[in-house]
Amino acid sequence: MAKELIKGNTAVAEAALRAGLEAYFGYPITPQTELLEHLSGRMPELGRPFVQAESELGAINMVYGAACTGKRVMTSSSSPGVSLMMEGLSYIAGTEVPAVFVDVVRGGPGLGNIAPAQGDYNQIVHGGGHGDYHVIVLAPASVQEAVDLTGLAFDLAEEYRAIVCIMLDGSLGQMMEPAEIPPMQPLKTEIPDWAVRGTNGGEKRVLTSINLDPPAQEKMNYRLMTRWQTIEANEVRYKGYYLDDADFVVVGFGTAGRISLSAVRAAREKGIKVGLLRPITLAPFPKEILDELTGKVEGFLVVEMNAGQMLEDVRLEVRGRVPVEFFGRMGGVVPFPDEVLAEIERLVEGPLTTDGHPRDRWLARMADTLG
Amino acid sequence: MVMTEIPTKVIYERPEAFDPRVTHYCPGCTHGVAHRLVAEVLGEMGEIGNTIGVASVGCSVFSYNYFNIDFVEAAHGRAPAMATGIKRVLPERMVFTYQGDGDLASIGMGEIVGAASRGELLTVIFINNATYGMTGGQMAPTTLPGQVTSSSPTGRDVSRQGHPIQTAELLSTLAGSAYVVRRSLHNAREVRRAKKAIRTAFEVQKHGLGFSLVELLSTCPTNWGMSPVEARDWVEERMLTYYPLGDYKVSPSVAELKV
Repeated sequence: MAKELIKGNTAVAEAALRAGLEAYFGYPITPQTELLEHLSGRMPELGRPFVQAESELGAINMVYGAACTGKRVMTSSSSPGVSLMMEGLSYIAGTEVPAVFVDVVRGGPGLGNIAPAQGDYNQIVHGGGHGDYHVIVLAPASVQEAVDLTGLAFDLAEEYRAIVCIMLDGSLGQMMEPAEIPPMQPLKTEIPDWAVRGTNGGEKRVLTSINLDPPAQEKMNYRLMTRWQTIEANEVRYKGYYLDDADFVVVGFGTAGRISLSAVRAAREKGIKVGLLRPITLAPFPKEILDELTGKVEGFLVVEMNAGQMLEDVRLEVRGRVPVEFFGRMGGVVPFPDEVLAEIERLVEGPLTTDGHPRDRWLARMADTLG
Repeated sequence: MVMTEIPTKVIYERPEAFDPRVTHYCPGCTHGVAHRLVAEVLGEMGEIGNTIGVASVGCSVFSYNYFNIDFVEAAHGRAPAMATGIKRVLPERMVFTYQGDGDLASIGMGEIVGAASRGELLTVIFINNATYGMTGGQMAPTTLPGQVTSSSPTGRDVSRQGHPIQTAELLSTLAGSAYVVRRSLHNAREVRRAKKAIRTAFEVQKHGLGFSLVELLSTCPTNWGMSPVEARDWVEERMLTYYPLGDYKVSPSVAELKV
């Protein structure tokens, strides 16, 4: 297949369809809408269900119902809409049925704006819905990577009976880039044992998230958590750039990771030994490589399009062994490579400390422009 | 001694789709009657093995335990959305939701209106007992004016607490609704009429004619603070005036159906 110039939202929609998407349920919200629009034409063409729901609550619960039949299903939304989906996601997790959703993240909180952001990290990575569960979170940094992760998302969801989120910064949803979309796959024909389909004279199946007996619920929680341990052991994905001889490492995901790569390259041209760690799976988080790097480098710079949400996960792994600094832009503001380069140079110049909190130092530095 | 064989005829038995276990419902509650009617109808239609039920949140949260039918359990109010997802990917199956009034007419009003307006090929069994049963008798969207509940202790004051929702009337205005009726379970005659309506509703789905809903006026003796007999009388005397029984929407294609 040849590369084509294609918008991120459209590319993910087409990739999902070609990966055997059997039903899509969604609701319009900027900057995600092209994904829904693309499928509104393509799904009926192929005789597959497409429903524009009455709300994101409706959409996620349609996904929940269809997922209970064992079909490949998905929804997509953007931050405020994903907030509405949190209830349904908790139920899907509690019922252990596979589902995929795309969050094209925009600036917040509240209605915020429709500019690219990464403020949904905590809501998606650390839960959001009630109860103990984890979502596998994939964070691409290009349209091509988004396409590649879309097929993977369905495979992971089905393998682990889990929820998989493809977290696209608004920029990736809206940006056009050359990308190659894999060829059409046949729809899967296997129906999982647990899926409801009508008894047809056999044993009845019930899919529910209610468990009034606390010890039985605890066993279910235990199963979810040990399954998550397996996911943590098998499914960590990240990309490292210039890490071999790096004295300093920038950590950033998605668009922030990509911008940071430009800054890292510019710094390398100036002779600064800096590398980039770009987590692709935000959950499971790439802990081992961070631990390994902590033993080798003089310090980290975390760059995000939020107020330092992944920063806390990095700090948990570094555990004060080397200094961690932070640079972020919030509310839909996208950092420039020059800004990140300036932060890298500041990191190299020092002095660095492991005292205090990097967010406090960053906020103090931002006071001149934002205060 | 001459033994005479007396011919026997079974006139009443447990429907095949109805599980023999004892339900958790209170004495005098009509949930059991409504369950039985659904089970009878699906058995008579030969659809037991081809049906997927969607339970809701409320007293009927465990309704899936009482049917020998594949079932899922929805979040509060979202049963019509969940049922939409199932029906769209398995269009040959019969899909029904079983919802109470708090679930359907309060927290789930968006989902039921969405499903009805899209003309989803679903059947909805809607239990209206004018109260929140499971949480202990609070004011429901269907609580009558003046009715005392645990959250309207001086009686529902419509100027402060709003008016009861007439669900069948409301949903009958939507073009996607093919069959929307109200029946009652407070006496034997009405139970028989309710069964016929439930049969029609499932036939509407089977024939692909549109969205179908049967609202069933039901009793909640426990939370109404009445004996089962008093509760039946209360349905007749109080509920029927605010919630008249009748056929609120019968689309022309449904009218032609022979049930």
